[in-house]
Amino acid sequence: MADTKANSGKLLDIRNLRIEATVYPPGEAPKTITLVHDVSLTLEKGKVLGLIGESGAGKSTIGLSSMAYGRGGVRITGGKVILNGRDILKAGAKGVRALRGREVCYVAQSAAAAFNPAHKLIDQVVEAAMLHGTATRAEAEKRAVALFKKLSLPNPETIGERYPHQVSGGQLQRVMTAMALCSEPDLIVFDEPTTALDVTTQIDVLAAIKDAIRDTHVAALYITHDLAVVAQVSDEIMVLRHGRLVEWGGTRQIIKEPRQEYTNALVSVHEIEHQEQQPGTTPFLSVKNVTAAYAGGHVKVLKNVSVDIFPGQTLAVVGESGSGKSTLARAITGLLPPEEGTVTFDGRPLANRLADRPKEDLRQLQMIYQMADVAMNPRQTVGTIIGRPLEFYFGMKGRERDKRVAELLDEIEMGKGFVDRYPAELSGGQKQRVCIARSLAAKPKLIICDEVTSALDPLVANGILKLLLNLQQVEKVAYLFITHDLATVKSIADSIAVMYRGEVVRYGPKSKVLTPPFDAYTDLLLSSVPEMEIGWLEKAIKGRRMESAGN
Amino acid sequence: MSSPILRLVAQRILLGIVLLFAVSVLIFAGTQILPGDVAQAILGQSATPEALANLREQLGLNDPAWLRYVHWLWGILHGNFGTAQSSGLDIASSISTRLTNTLFLAACAAIVAVPLAIILGLIAVRYRNGFVDKLISGLALASTSFPEFFIGYVLIFVFAVHWQIFPSISTVDDSTPFLERLQAVVLPATALTLVVLAHMMRMTRAAILNVMQSAYIETAELKGLKPFDIIRKHAFPNAIAPVVNVVMLNLAYLIVGVVVVEVIFVYPGMGQYLVDHVAKRDVPVVQAVGLIFAAVYITLNIVADIAAILANPRLRHPK
Repeated sequence: MADTKANSGKLLDIRNLRIEATVYPPGEAPKTITLVHDVSLTLEKGKVLGLIGESGAGKSTIGLSSMAYGRGGVRITGGKVILNGRDILKAGAKGVRALRGREVCYVAQSAAAAFNPAHKLIDQVVEAAMLHGTATRAEAEKRAVALFKKLSLPNPETIGERYPHQVSGGQLQRVMTAMALCSEPDLIVFDEPTTALDVTTQIDVLAAIKDAIRDTHVAALYITHDLAVVAQVSDEIMVLRHGRLVEWGGTRQIIKEPRQEYTNALVSVHEIEHQEQQPGTTPFLSVKNVTAAYAGGHVKVLKNVSVDIFPGQTLAVVGESGSGKSTLARAITGLLPPEEGTVTFDGRPLANRLADRPKEDLRQLQMIYQMADVAMNPRQTVGTIIGRPLEFYFGMKGRERDKRVAELLDEIEMGKGFVDRYPAELSGGQKQRVCIARSLAAKPKLIICDEVTSALDPLVANGILKLLLNLQQVEKVAYLFITHDLATVKSIADSIAVMYRGEVVRYGPKSKVLTPPFDAYTDLLLSSVPEMEIGWLEKAIKGRRMESAGN
Repeated sequence: MSSPILRLVAQRILLGIVLLFAVSVLIFAGTQILPGDVAQAILGQSATPEALANLREQLGLNDPAWLRYVHWLWGILHGNFGTAQSSGLDIASSISTRLTNTLFLAACAAIVAVPLAIILGLIAVRYRNGFVDKLISGLALASTSFPEFFIGYVLIFVFAVHWQIFPSISTVDDSTPFLERLQAVVLPATALTLVVLAHMMRMTRAAILNVMQSAYIETAELKGLKPFDIIRKHAFPNAIAPVVNVVMLNLAYLIVGVVVVEVIFVYPGMGQYLVDHVAKRDVPVVQAVGLIFAAVYITLNIVADIAAILANPRLRHPK
């Protein structure tokens, strides 16, 4: 391999990588599918390459191939992965173990799951460095504390003595970055490191990762589906789709002058024009001074919350995790009876407890959830799932029911062919559509949407939002739209309630809420939404007025 | 130690005590339902009604059942289990030597069986679905599937009759020196080990395999740890709770379920004592042994519960 020796500036050189897996579709013979089709990339020392694409694009699979690792039943069947001048696919089990955790380290999406709950953080952080003999325990610990400091973790001297469950999600993600840096690798694979975090926390972690990369001169593969995020940290960006390369170029070129249509779609994904509707005269649902608590009144999660919802309009509830957004939905639906305050519907108070509400009230309020796949019975067909509310609320049977199910499938832009499918045979976006159809089947006045697009890829999420807006026009249904994503809010809301620690801190029509002057918290939320602009991160950090709650 | 964990542990212990009282009521009630009473048992079929009446008066059998239960329980709480009808000996003192013998045999079997089962479970996970895994599982399941008496007689045939290394009869008494005692229990302990091994091994394997799906196992793999180190260091600590539970169940079996093995090897333990006195219809002894067996079961299960609580870092180190 004389040619690789010549290019000594290259740290990683992946050539014609082909990755396959065997899938076992229900009722069919197992078959081999190709996840990555002959992708090549190179990465120089100290540079950051962003890998971007929707789920199924093969970005994590490619990232992990740099550690010669195939997740699940995934097999690397072709090509070369040349790291520091040698093909690691030929290194053998022992050779691969020697490079993992030493030359290449990995930062996972969910640090909460990636840390072992049984061991102290410090033991896990220094483990790889000690295993590979790059440091003694004392040296590694010293290095870890220095890294904790650099990543601006609170109490860097003692935070290592804690267990994973004693540390917040954003902090854990930074500890994981410290863990990767602790063995002083040449390359770190960041696999969606900020996707599971709140926007306000994401920006802190992102800044910490960026500083750490700059100061340690480590190279990185940064995997994400969020182009705005990757634009902040990468030198170059590679766009992938269905395991194939779409476009590869400098960060500025990709976000400013995309050459491929698909890249262009990704860049412009957030923009849905939605004309704000003026609030009507009488709301059909009013939440008045509701206070609710968990643990027998000990933990107040809603404090004196009042909001109104008008017919056929959308109220967006935004805030970080733990701000009480979902609890508000639970209070309205009666799942968590409020301690004080009332919820009125069509001018009459709703019973506090779910069990005390008549069927008609239940029909009027429907819910759609974040995780569409666990919200459906995996052993029922789409037809049964959508038909169930028709039977339950309207007593429809037989042909009448089937006809209505077909109409509903039509409304969610899915054909008749889906009636006999099972949830496992649907894509994420299709599952969420089925859930929407199920809630519409009850002909409700209000659908509560709890983070319905958060688990979806941007383009798919965009399709769902457009569908929801169209359905609102047709069915005159109102939405209570719970989300932490402000871009989504801008696309769909008529009015907005900003929640912070169980209280509504800002509430009104969309145009008013999103117009300055802002209160400190709304300002923090708005300024934390990544923008597709190089240098945005530094500007946003500088302009902050308050610390994020996750810190 | 913080308060929530103390509260949980105290709760378990209290629950165990309540359970033990409930069991004592059941045992007492059960022996009352049996036809005939102690007086009849002592005097036999041919006793005259007058003699029976006299003896009943003497033993206080004419008192209402609850009063007799209170007397019985009061005695037990003071270490007085009464006297055996068949021999007239004090039950507490006969049981104490027997219980020591049983505990000795159980301890010998456990010291071998528990570590062996866990290590075999770890090895089975390391080579999961491969030849070694199937070999371990196959042998362990086969040894469990054979009845205890069969294993016992095969051991006697091979080691006592054919090679004559160990005695076929494991009789010991208070004066037997420790080493001889140890030699005496080798065969019964081996038989017991073979019986309980598979259950614990399979459970260890299943519990660890369950943990092996976790994301933190992938983290460990990507640090470059060796497969066995991953299992030992990262998977096993998170599988302790289910493993401890099954280990305790098997320890309880080693103490209270050894009747057959004790009889085969003529080992003077609790099991043999119980069988002897059931045959003689010696109700006070049966009651006492039943209560002790129940106490062993409950105690070991409490220990398992507490170990599972302590193994959970979320409970051990609250936020």
